[in-house]
Amino acid sequence: MLAALIMLPLVGAAVTWLIPFDRLRPKIFSLFAFAHLAITVQLLLDTPPTSAGGWFVLDALGKIVLLSTSVLFLFCAIYSIGYLFYRRERSNRTICVGMLICLSAASLVTITHHLGLMWVALEITTISMAPLIYFNRNARSIEATWKYLLICSVGVALALIGLYFLAYATIVAKVEPSLLLDDLIRDAGQLSSGWVHAAFVFLLVGFGSKMGLAPLHSWKPDAYGEAPGLVGAMLAGGLVNLAFLALLRVYQLCLATKEIIFFQNALVAMGLLSMLCAAIFMARQADFKRMLAYSSVEHVGIMAVALGLGGRAVFGALFHIFANSLAKGVMFLTSGNIHRSYNSKSSAHVKGVLRRLPWSGALFMAGFIAITGSPPFALFISEFTIVSSAFIQGRAMVGLFFIVCLAIIFIGMALTVLPMVMGEVPVDCESTSYRDSLWTVGPPLGLMLLVFMLGVWIPAPLLTLLNEATALLAVQP
Amino acid sequence: MISLADQFLVLVLLINFISLGTSRLVFSIRAVAAQGVILGILPGLIHPFSWHLVGITVVIIAAKGFVIPLLLNRAVRSAEIKREMEPFLGYVPTLLLGALFTALSFGFAGKLPLYPEHQNYIFVPASIATMMSGFLILTTRRKAITQVVGYLMLENGIFIFGLLLAEAMPVMVEAGVLLDLLVGTFVMGIVLNQINREFSSLDTSRLTSLKEE
Repeated sequence: MLAALIMLPLVGAAVTWLIPFDRLRPKIFSLFAFAHLAITVQLLLDTPPTSAGGWFVLDALGKIVLLSTSVLFLFCAIYSIGYLFYRRERSNRTICVGMLICLSAASLVTITHHLGLMWVALEITTISMAPLIYFNRNARSIEATWKYLLICSVGVALALIGLYFLAYATIVAKVEPSLLLDDLIRDAGQLSSGWVHAAFVFLLVGFGSKMGLAPLHSWKPDAYGEAPGLVGAMLAGGLVNLAFLALLRVYQLCLATKEIIFFQNALVAMGLLSMLCAAIFMARQADFKRMLAYSSVEHVGIMAVALGLGGRAVFGALFHIFANSLAKGVMFLTSGNIHRSYNSKSSAHVKGVLRRLPWSGALFMAGFIAITGSPPFALFISEFTIVSSAFIQGRAMVGLFFIVCLAIIFIGMALTVLPMVMGEVPVDCESTSYRDSLWTVGPPLGLMLLVFMLGVWIPAPLLTLLNEATALLAVQP
Repeated sequence: MISLADQFLVLVLLINFISLGTSRLVFSIRAVAAQGVILGILPGLIHPFSWHLVGITVVIIAAKGFVIPLLLNRAVRSAEIKREMEPFLGYVPTLLLGALFTALSFGFAGKLPLYPEHQNYIFVPASIATMMSGFLILTTRRKAITQVVGYLMLENGIFIFGLLLAEAMPVMVEAGVLLDLLVGTFVMGIVLNQINREFSSLDTSRLTSLKEE
């Protein structure tokens, strides 16, 4: 089953590559996305035992990221049927093939416990997304692709240095040389502390830049701004979680060594800096896709802070993985619709979305309310858990800073979103062929309903899964 | 044999300085290609013979020595540029910084808790010095091509460190890592040719249309 999880999207990539018809391709693409989700659910219900000497393990952390990625991917794939119909001016082969290769590599990240293999898969996700950011084939998108590729590649290379240091620590300590997570955790006490410390710094910087934590986020607004809506959704709701999973693995290792306090403090500092950075740049953002990118910087910051706080906040961080990826899906997919309809992503030109596109406008508005952490949506639950945990632990300053940033971000985002959604459509507004249809509105609507559902009711199996995962990340006394 | 590898690493360090000090793009591409070929030979010198070792050697030499330089050279030719003009930091300062970093990495490596067998060789300092030189080129040059050269050099530095970890990294993973880095550079090469077409220049300081107002 685990092999099927990896192979199926690859087969899908080959099939979509071979199909010569642009109309048919997104439909086949969605079928593979559906099959992937089916396998994922099957794996969650009936988890296979550890295989290949500890290389492949589907643990609770992997399950969370796998499920959230697979669900978001399915909605993006269904959306692509409607969206790519409006992009007939160019072939959609690259986008379907690239997304499926990325899905395969993403699944591999979630099921492997070998850090070297995880790194390889993570790098594949980075590279496979690069041609998709360049989908629009203009000067702006090539600039975004270049920045994304260079910064993420250098970042991930730094993470590789970190992994090498970790492997070297096992050699110096004369324990069995290995990069298997379970072996490393077992031998953690004996590892050479200097090398381990250096390794953690490099891993944090490397995976942090892939995740887009400030101050390593400079590629994010460009890449998210120029990528098509569904690619943006996958970047902000999928790839971000994979990098976070990599950080969770490092965190597990830190728990076993004596480095955990240092790592936690670094996470809190970088997380708060990300939130501050998002708060500053969110206000008066003239481009609504770039605004969403800063919102993504904010949310990775929230997850980092929560992980750094530890305790109950970790539960919040894990739940936030789901909440954030679903809500980001809503925002990016509807912003894709708005972009198609107005042929502009400047908030100065886009006015009166509710009149012109009642469904997309309403969903964009609802997504904005959800993503800023208002009740009754899922992000309220996760953010509230994190903040209350901060106060319970006596880290009042962290909690206060967190709340102030959330408030500023809410206002900043409202200043862009509300004038866009409300008001009249400008008279000189360009008219395009885009109309809301079931295929382009259905997927964000489905995602929005899920965000709402998780806000009022968490299904029992999911709750068990989250608690299991939280226990894996608990600080041992 | 391992002492012969040490001699080759001295050559690698010299090539770092060549790349840091030259303004001719073709020359620095050739230098980093030569560095790639030397690195391709190294695993054969320190590990016992096996067929997959031969395979890895051939792949590294072909990719780093020929395919990637070819791609970069094509970008240089089509952009009709010969030199890196006005780097953010001049050549003499970068050379001096490079020398400083190399000296520091030797001093630093002496203090590191190395495995006793590795203490007498210059693998670790050479690796750190090459990574630092790569970073220096990445941050001080304007042209996209030179930035790729810097990235390649950073990658070479990591590769030297990886030579010490043969027991910890299974062949499959090692090959995967190599393949990833190569594909990454390959994609960069393609993007490079696209930048040139869009901007008719490879100057990354012209990539400024995406800025905060």
